[in-house]
Amino acid sequence: MDDLLSEFLTETNESLAELDVELVQLEQNPNDKDLLGNIFRLMHTIKGTCGFLGLPRLESVAHAGENVLGKVRDGELEVTPEAVTLILECIDKIRALLEQLEATEAEPEGDDSDLIARLNAFADGSGAPVEAAASEEAPAAGGEANAMLDELEAAFAAAKGPEEIAAEKAAAEAAAQEAAEAGAIDADAVDAGATPEPEGAAEAASELAEATAEAPKKTDKPAVPDAKAAENKKEGSVANQSLRVNVDVLENLMTMVSELVLTRNQLLQILRGQSESEFAAPLQRLNHVVSELQEGVMATRMQPIGNAWAKLPRIVRDLAHELDKKIDLVMKGAETELDRQVLELIKDPLTHMVRNSADHGLEIPADRAKAGKPEIGTVNLNAFHEGGHIIIEIADDGKGLSVDKIKQKCIDNGLASEADLDTMSEQQVQQFIFKAGFSTAASVTSVSGRGVGMDVVRTNIEKIGGTIELTSVEGRGTKFVIKIPLTLAIVSALIVECARERFAIPQLSVVELVRASAHTEHTIERINGTPVLRLRNHLLPLVNLRHLLKLEDPDALVAAADKAVSSAVTAKAVEAVQRSQDEVPTEAPPAPDGKQVKSTKDASKKDEEPKGVDDEEVFIVVAQIGNYSMGIIVDRVFDTEEIVVKPVAPILRNIQLFSGNTILGDGSVVMILDPNGIAAATGEIAVAEDSENQAKERHATSKSENVAMLVFRAVDNTPKAVPLALIARLEEIDLTQVESSNGQYVVQYRGQLMPLVMMDPAQKLDSEGRQPVLVFSDRNRSMGLVVKEIVDIVEGRMDIELSSDREGYIGTAVIDGKATDIIDAGYYLTQAFHDWFVSERESMENDGSGRRLLVVDDSPFFRNLLQPLLTVAGYDVVCVESAGAALELCDAGEDFDVIISDIEMPGMNGFEFARKITADTRWADTPIVALSSFSNPSDLARGREAGFKDYVAKTDRDALLSTLHDTLAQLRGAA
Amino acid sequence: MSSSKEDGAAERSSVSDTFADKEDFVTFIIANQLFGIPVLRVQDVLSSHNITRIPLAPPEIAGSLNLRGRVVTAMDVRLRLGLPPRESKVTMSIVVENEGELYSLMVDSVGEVLALKSSAWERNPPTLDSKFRDYSLGIYRLDGKLLVVLDVKRLLDYDRDQAA
Repeated sequence: MDDLLSEFLTETNESLAELDVELVQLEQNPNDKDLLGNIFRLMHTIKGTCGFLGLPRLESVAHAGENVLGKVRDGELEVTPEAVTLILECIDKIRALLEQLEATEAEPEGDDSDLIARLNAFADGSGAPVEAAASEEAPAAGGEANAMLDELEAAFAAAKGPEEIAAEKAAAEAAAQEAAEAGAIDADAVDAGATPEPEGAAEAASELAEATAEAPKKTDKPAVPDAKAAENKKEGSVANQSLRVNVDVLENLMTMVSELVLTRNQLLQILRGQSESEFAAPLQRLNHVVSELQEGVMATRMQPIGNAWAKLPRIVRDLAHELDKKIDLVMKGAETELDRQVLELIKDPLTHMVRNSADHGLEIPADRAKAGKPEIGTVNLNAFHEGGHIIIEIADDGKGLSVDKIKQKCIDNGLASEADLDTMSEQQVQQFIFKAGFSTAASVTSVSGRGVGMDVVRTNIEKIGGTIELTSVEGRGTKFVIKIPLTLAIVSALIVECARERFAIPQLSVVELVRASAHTEHTIERINGTPVLRLRNHLLPLVNLRHLLKLEDPDALVAAADKAVSSAVTAKAVEAVQRSQDEVPTEAPPAPDGKQVKSTKDASKKDEEPKGVDDEEVFIVVAQIGNYSMGIIVDRVFDTEEIVVKPVAPILRNIQLFSGNTILGDGSVVMILDPNGIAAATGEIAVAEDSENQAKERHATSKSENVAMLVFRAVDNTPKAVPLALIARLEEIDLTQVESSNGQYVVQYRGQLMPLVMMDPAQKLDSEGRQPVLVFSDRNRSMGLVVKEIVDIVEGRMDIELSSDREGYIGTAVIDGKATDIIDAGYYLTQAFHDWFVSERESMENDGSGRRLLVVDDSPFFRNLLQPLLTVAGYDVVCVESAGAALELCDAGEDFDVIISDIEMPGMNGFEFARKITADTRWADTPIVALSSFSNPSDLARGREAGFKDYVAKTDRDALLSTLHDTLAQLRGAA
Repeated sequence: MSSSKEDGAAERSSVSDTFADKEDFVTFIIANQLFGIPVLRVQDVLSSHNITRIPLAPPEIAGSLNLRGRVVTAMDVRLRLGLPPRESKVTMSIVVENEGELYSLMVDSVGEVLALKSSAWERNPPTLDSKFRDYSLGIYRLDGKLLVVLDVKRLLDYDRDQAA
């Protein structure tokens, strides 16, 4: 049997069983909205899947049923026993049809117009259904038998019609099934009267068995074994595909293994404490066995995500057919494994979203052509592991979400008022598609619509602790990013200590550990009180776990309060204890006892007192959260331990910083920190990540690169930003040190006079206090730009959206969700030293001076970054935004010494550009340096083959300069 | 959460309906007031235990502890009832199970198990402090003192708190 079909049968049968139960519940509890919602969804899914599989009869029955449920859900109809009876009848019909479908692998012929008419009549709210239901009572009671008779007739017809074995088999199968249905009566056991209940059915079944027996006789095949074989086959068909193990059994097994792992850990802990033990060897063995068992059990739960995708190509194909669209489904990372339970749960949401993308997202070919897109629309599915999560991306290059339409719909559906919507950002408005009862398709199609949609998807994903993000640009496409935690029960975790409490951090998100103290190369620096760490040419934002968890060391407080009198107290306490021991040796009076505890704590506190002071030795756990790195400051780091994640009590679930708790080898309970929660709690990072994604989507076609930007405030309230790469240092200078020379503020800095430049020339500095300054430095010169406040370091994609004519500004970009002025560092450099560039040129006479560079890069940001940078280095720089423009320059007779070209560019890319130039232009001998964010060996090889001289990482300015230097030196050497 | 409400109702009615029957209660004292929990709900009685603090948790959540391999959340009933924190550090705990989770209820001291006649049961006086009324399933008249039946379900139902 077709995989798709058998899966459909299994699924739908499960749904039907669920529907049976829930409908009965609903009857007893008519106002349960959740229940009703679930029933409606189940029915919707059945209808939808039937539609895809091309089962019109089933679809129409389900559709009619769904209609009634829809009315009930919208409150237009009441949940009455009649309604439930009618729906149940509809379900029975579906079930009956399914049974035949399973037997024959084809939808049986037949007419359900009576049932559908009644359902529709009921949905229209006419009084008829009540009577109908009453008059139908008898048939309804025997509804199944009735339906069965129909089927039997159908089967009969099939058996009598073409005398092909297949048909007979089909009939026999149907018969066998019916027989089984009627109480597992053997087809040959005509004395089935013994089974009292469905007598009619039994008779019918046996009748049919005889009938089918007659038919095969013509081909000399005994009917009975055939029927039996069919029966066996049917049982086998379900069994032989896979071994269906109840999830509970697996879950149980997993729990037991988890406990076993815990116990093993405890044993190992004990063993560690003993130098020599006869248990050592067997425990070692136990250790191995348990580890393997653990892996094995885990493996039973892991499945490639491709399993959930298997039916998507067909669905998309059918959909394309039905909607007259051309759709290309690209699936990447199908081998990514995830917990089968999680897989099960995201299967439907995924299917739904792909359907949505194909149905709502992609335009019809004519519209696509009009919009200048290829006729074939693409739906991209991509799955990968990242930082302890599974990321699934579903992207289409369709028309994107129409903000106006969403707004209109919101207003129509009363989800929000016009005034509210006006104050919302595009992103916020788009989020409305996740609201219940929202569907953007203008018409309710059979494919999607009806408002069973993204709200369910979101609910399902959130149920398993995942998140879903949406980015959409009108006209460009929509992208959903689903992030699901790898909720494996056993994880390896790093145990850390903070304020004398221990915590576990999942090892998966830990990248490295850094020990920081005043005496090592890593010192925690502060920008306006915000701790940061310099780590390999990057500034790492830090969060202090102590502050985050509001952990005040209770002992420290006591110690501080008692410090002054501590010696006195100690003396007194000791005295008291002695006294108490003398007088009442068995019972220490509570007061002195308490004090004694305090005093010993004081004593123990003495050596810990430096804790909490800045230059203490601390550890920084560098954690990776999505694309973000962040350092978590802790007091101590212990080793890693395999821990069993136990959910926290429900009353603590709203604390997002913890993902669970666990029992360590020594028997103590520790909380498991959730790095995602920490990132979210620190606020900015999560926002930054969002804005990054936004930016990513916005520039889906024009690639832009990740840049670290320093965001600060000066002059007005608009945030300002400058590429971090341009800044040499961040300093806080003491204003008393500032002197004035020649009408300019200067400060002695590292043995030199450093001019301080104000962004607003009219601004005057205070005479005392501390002043944050951005130090730009080149060769031996430094310049300080005075700023009000350093806000943040944001790493993200950024493009200048508004260019500026104002002096000192390159333009405006959206950083971290806010409009931010990008300052032109070059301008301020010349403010400090009027001869900055001139002198540079002189000093670099031997190097770059007079050399003409052509920079080809599509990103205006990079052009803006490189131009001053290279100008500073003494080159004469010409920037163009595309390969085409560069070739025009070539044709126009321009000459350059070196060409620097980006690789990823719209239109002609860097490789083609290089090939073209080296092949047939006057520039064939001009060296070309590739500028790219990727530089792995294969890229390098490909680049060389295309004619590139060298590869330089985009953000590495030193490497770029030295490469240029080398390239030019070679040139000179050759010349 | 409908199920919990039903259970709560069932509990109430079982207290009031089963007339002739006696029910056993574990008694304990918080701030000199005698309380009781039906003995069948009680899993364990602990003296002081090593408790791990849980940062950011509500103040009445004292932390979590390991009880024979299970993580138990400890709640200081005193604070939950809105009473001032106790002065002495010595506490005892009653471990109960609620919706599959174990909770350790920290009380001042645990007393004996009493078999109480339903006839001695009475509804909460309407004048009772609202916190007490919320978490009480009624009052038993004992010789010389009154016993408040603690509603464990309500006590641990934080969803309801948030809804309110």
